[in-house]
Amino acid sequence: MSNEQSMRRVTAIRNGTVIDHVPSGQALRVLEMLGIAGETSVPVSLVMNVPSKKLGSKDIIKVEDRELTQSELDRLALVAPDAHVAIIRAYVVAEKLSINLGEEVVNVVRCTFSNCITTNAREPLAHRLRVVSRDPLHLRCHYCGRPQNLDDLVKNAL
Amino acid sequence: MTGLITMDDLTNEEILSILDDAERLLPVARGELYLPLLQGRIMGNLFFEPSTRTRMSFETAMKRLGGDVINLGDVKTSSVVKGETLFDTIQMVDGYTDIIAMRHPRQGAAQYAQDAARVPILNGGDGAGNHPTQTMLDLFTIRQAHGRLDGLKVVLAGDLRYGRTVHSLSHALTRFGCELIFASPTLLQMPAEIVSDLREHGATVTETEDLYGSIDDADVVYMTRIQKERFADEDEYARCAGAYKLHAKHLGDVKGNMIIMHPLPRVDEIHPSVDETRHARYFEQAFNGVVARMALLCRLLGVTVPADVNAQGGAL
Repeated sequence: MSNEQSMRRVTAIRNGTVIDHVPSGQALRVLEMLGIAGETSVPVSLVMNVPSKKLGSKDIIKVEDRELTQSELDRLALVAPDAHVAIIRAYVVAEKLSINLGEEVVNVVRCTFSNCITTNAREPLAHRLRVVSRDPLHLRCHYCGRPQNLDDLVKNAL
Repeated sequence: MTGLITMDDLTNEEILSILDDAERLLPVARGELYLPLLQGRIMGNLFFEPSTRTRMSFETAMKRLGGDVINLGDVKTSSVVKGETLFDTIQMVDGYTDIIAMRHPRQGAAQYAQDAARVPILNGGDGAGNHPTQTMLDLFTIRQAHGRLDGLKVVLAGDLRYGRTVHSLSHALTRFGCELIFASPTLLQMPAEIVSDLREHGATVTETEDLYGSIDDADVVYMTRIQKERFADEDEYARCAGAYKLHAKHLGDVKGNMIIMHPLPRVDEIHPSVDETRHARYFEQAFNGVVARMALLCRLLGVTVPADVNAQGGAL
């Protein structure tokens, strides 16, 4: 199946964001990380486990009438660092956004360790996670040094 | 180097050089010599949870070197109880002092304080995280007994799960190529992520429940207290606490120069009969807390410890 066919499993959107090349089976986690899961008024379409030349199989998400912000792209970097993000305006790709996972993830998510100093919401310093490795993704809290569980991290988006 | 938050802040060369400084400062720590290297300097002692040895030895170290100390005092009567953030407390103390020694129940608090402060932070324990000044005094004690740190066989026993002392020490010993034997009840085993971290860094690690079968060819046996407060179930605590009671009768076949250490306080994991043996080192170890912290205070404040302290020091 061609990429075009995969994309057309759901209808083209007029305005919004298409997130392509999401690792297979990760679409729901991406939506949760972006805070789009559950209560949202915008139409969301997703296809999962469609064939992909690059990844073998992949997920695709289309969010209508919403353009991802930089902070949402930063969060996306933690669950789908190689995803392709396109902003659609009037049915055409108006912009392609790149996801950059730097050496540190700052003020994107909170440390998952319950006894970390950063769990006190009144402490003002930035939430900082160090990127220890990219593939597979390993993160550690800059302060307490604890390795981060990616499944838990999704619940800690700021 | 700003502060000392974890042992990763020190290279092996820096560790050895600080231990050399500590060695030279021994007569000052014993009160045989007055050497006011830190005269005019003020240390802030911020202990957000109880401490006896660490807090007192920091204070003694500063005062033996002619420096002064201000204390946070009881957390219950300080501004912390009014809801002050750690950030704000550090901003205040930072303005009053040249260096801060702190202990905090939350993990990561020392790094957080260092990011908030201008002055160096000495981490005196953060939650179940790191306790690097304890590690330095432990390394000092081991080197004092064996003349080296590399290639030793070290048994760490007791509560390896929650004990921050053994976590920091294991990492440091791995860097010096020591062989590690972790002896603990199953419930209190060294956390798996720490064991795998140590193995990734080349450590030879053996995990066992059998303490007595592990000590005969050891160079160091490091005992820890089983902490009652960690157990919800009294019976379970009793079973674990009773697991290890090192007695002089267990030491018949151990190496002559093997040393027994303990961060103290002990409950009954080391029987008093061990105190009189040549292997007991835990009281010297507690004293070494002063000399190790003296050397660290000098290093972090940029003060050189003279090669010949006797030439520069005076009588008390």
